[in-house]
Amino acid sequence: MSNTMQHNDSLLRFMTCGSVDDGKSTLIGRLLFDTKTILADTLTNISNTSKKRGMEAVDLSLLTDGLQAEREQGITIDVAYRYFSTGTRKYIIADAPGHEQYTRNMVTAASTANLAIILIDARKGVLTQTRRHSYLAHLVGIPHIVVAVNKMDLVNYDQAVYDNICADYMAFAKELGLAGARDIKFIPMSALNGDMLVDRLDSMPWYTGETLLELLEKAPAAHTEQSEQFRFPVQFVCRPHASADAELHDFRGFMGRVESGDIAVGDAVTVLPNGYQSKVKAIQIGDVPIASAQTEQSVTLLLEDEIDTSRGDMIVKTGEAPEPVKQIEAHVCWLSETPLSTARTYIIRHTTRESKAKIGAIQYKVDVNTLEQQATPDLKMNDIARLTFKLAQPLMVDSYKTNRATGAFIVIDESTNNTVGAGMIV
Amino acid sequence: MMTTKQTLSHLDWLEAEAIHILREVAGQCSNPVLLFSGGKDSLCILRLAEKAFRPGRFPFPLMHIDTGHNYQEVINFRDQRAAELGERLIVRSVEDSMKRGTVVLKTPDEPRNKHQSVTLLEAIEEFGFDCCIGGARRDEEKARAKERIMSFRDEFGQWDPKNQRPELWNLYNARSHKGENIRAFPISNWTEMDVWQYIERENLGLPSIYFAHNRDIIMRGGAMMPANVPLASGEVINVPKAGEEVINMQVRFRTVGDITCTAPVISDADNTSKIVLETATTTITERGATRLDDQTSDASMEQRKKEGYF
Repeated sequence: MSNTMQHNDSLLRFMTCGSVDDGKSTLIGRLLFDTKTILADTLTNISNTSKKRGMEAVDLSLLTDGLQAEREQGITIDVAYRYFSTGTRKYIIADAPGHEQYTRNMVTAASTANLAIILIDARKGVLTQTRRHSYLAHLVGIPHIVVAVNKMDLVNYDQAVYDNICADYMAFAKELGLAGARDIKFIPMSALNGDMLVDRLDSMPWYTGETLLELLEKAPAAHTEQSEQFRFPVQFVCRPHASADAELHDFRGFMGRVESGDIAVGDAVTVLPNGYQSKVKAIQIGDVPIASAQTEQSVTLLLEDEIDTSRGDMIVKTGEAPEPVKQIEAHVCWLSETPLSTARTYIIRHTTRESKAKIGAIQYKVDVNTLEQQATPDLKMNDIARLTFKLAQPLMVDSYKTNRATGAFIVIDESTNNTVGAGMIV
Repeated sequence: MMTTKQTLSHLDWLEAEAIHILREVAGQCSNPVLLFSGGKDSLCILRLAEKAFRPGRFPFPLMHIDTGHNYQEVINFRDQRAAELGERLIVRSVEDSMKRGTVVLKTPDEPRNKHQSVTLLEAIEEFGFDCCIGGARRDEEKARAKERIMSFRDEFGQWDPKNQRPELWNLYNARSHKGENIRAFPISNWTEMDVWQYIERENLGLPSIYFAHNRDIIMRGGAMMPANVPLASGEVINVPKAGEEVINMQVRFRTVGDITCTAPVISDADNTSKIVLETATTTITERGATRLDDQTSDASMEQRKKEGYF
């Protein structure tokens, strides 16, 4: 990585994949503890709990201990979000349980992450779950993968063990299509001893690469390094015509977040699905005008022409408009305890737009352990499948591979209003 | 050769995310309300709402559930801020619920924070709100770490941790049936430090009790308590009991809530940048230091949330 990369006070979202046995909770606890995020009263709480449970040292994994309901069952059932900051960067960790039956939680955590830490127990090497985690991270399009070979203290810090695991992983990553498509890095560590996370102890002089924190500090915060086309789903239209201020009578502001690309005053734009064309007259954040806006900024766009536009429309640059479609093909992770029914009508929410949808066909489902494709009549919770949807309303989509924001959608069950599926357009 | 894209600073990113969430509430819900106490987190949300909706008016009113045990400085600041913004402020009080008999206190001076739930649910029903926007943050407390940005409550206002909607990408699902309710948390991903940095950057005004000032203090239940605090009603609470020594100290409040359960901390930070520094070097969590109602049991916040607490 070049040394010109300056990430002045930026923010990185990452996730951790692994089970309790891999030392995932210990790893997160260590990161929080060694970055001095854990304050005295919290530490007192967990050291009291450690004592109560008969442990000698403070168990840092208790820092990520969950809700009472989960503690009673001794498992983690949901994604938890943790925060720490190094002074140069703020981090949001999505902590998802790694067990097979929690595929939906991993997909949820992955959807907002730009980096995944995949934990491997040095004694066990690349396991089925490692493959599952890597497949899901790849499917959901996480650009940066850090393979953390943990518990090196239990294999005498043996470089040969580490090298073998790295080679095994790369062989599998090639098979999966992960190698080349994603940035993959390896680190040997002992989360228990705090070795190679924040501090570099002297147990592995043969490893001269980055520590975990050094890697996190350098990882690009943007989801992609490629330039993307401008996509601006309209969330809300501001028309303060009843205002006492006469200047505002004709004000018509299109409010939304720049999901990708950038936009400047004067750019020629097209409003979809109707295809009206205009130019950007002004860009504002609140009352304050700005000359241009970039990916992830929430702004208000004013256009030269009076165009009837409402929530659910999408503003794009003229010449870069995706064709509105009434059929989509996607990888879907089923999230609900109620299985998918091919007879039912669902709601698809894509950006700020909704459409009723029917299932055209289920091509296959994927065994997340063997990656085999199997025929299936329905989908149960945690299943991942390739489906075709027929839509009542046209959607302005990109493939998930080219655009994470306009390639993603959720499936909603109209009777319960629950979010029952997560889709990535092929 | 990779080119590095310009990325937003962490405050700009958090701001953009919060504005997006506020606009999703406005776009998806038919009758939302913004809970506003005059406290620092809700003051940040007001600024975010300005950035989200100006030059238009906010597409929701503001509402405060007043326990009657609030600092007069905070109440005055609340009213002043709502007036400056020209937005509608609704106030509903726990004391009215007490008069109606829907809130029954065990002891007259017990903390009233948990009773806000009853008054809040009554107000939701009165106005037919389908979404309440609040300033809760995931870093505040363990039970909040798994909270959704759009959190679903059933018709009893209950939060069921096992019945929450998965939340992916930035595709929020704020749909609800009549009688059900969404609680929306635009600053979920902010920490106490982010809040203070944002207050500093945006130059936001705050009630004076957030800054270091001299105050009479008594020690009660192992915590510092402000002594002899006058209420809007004319009543004075936290009157020292026999044997309780009154000490005058320089303190400030890190959180502002019901007087009987919000303790100050010793501090000489009398402006925002000093508070940012102090927050960076503190050794005690925000709620650990100052919120007595969270210390009853390991799971007390989880319990209160299940009962409809914000």
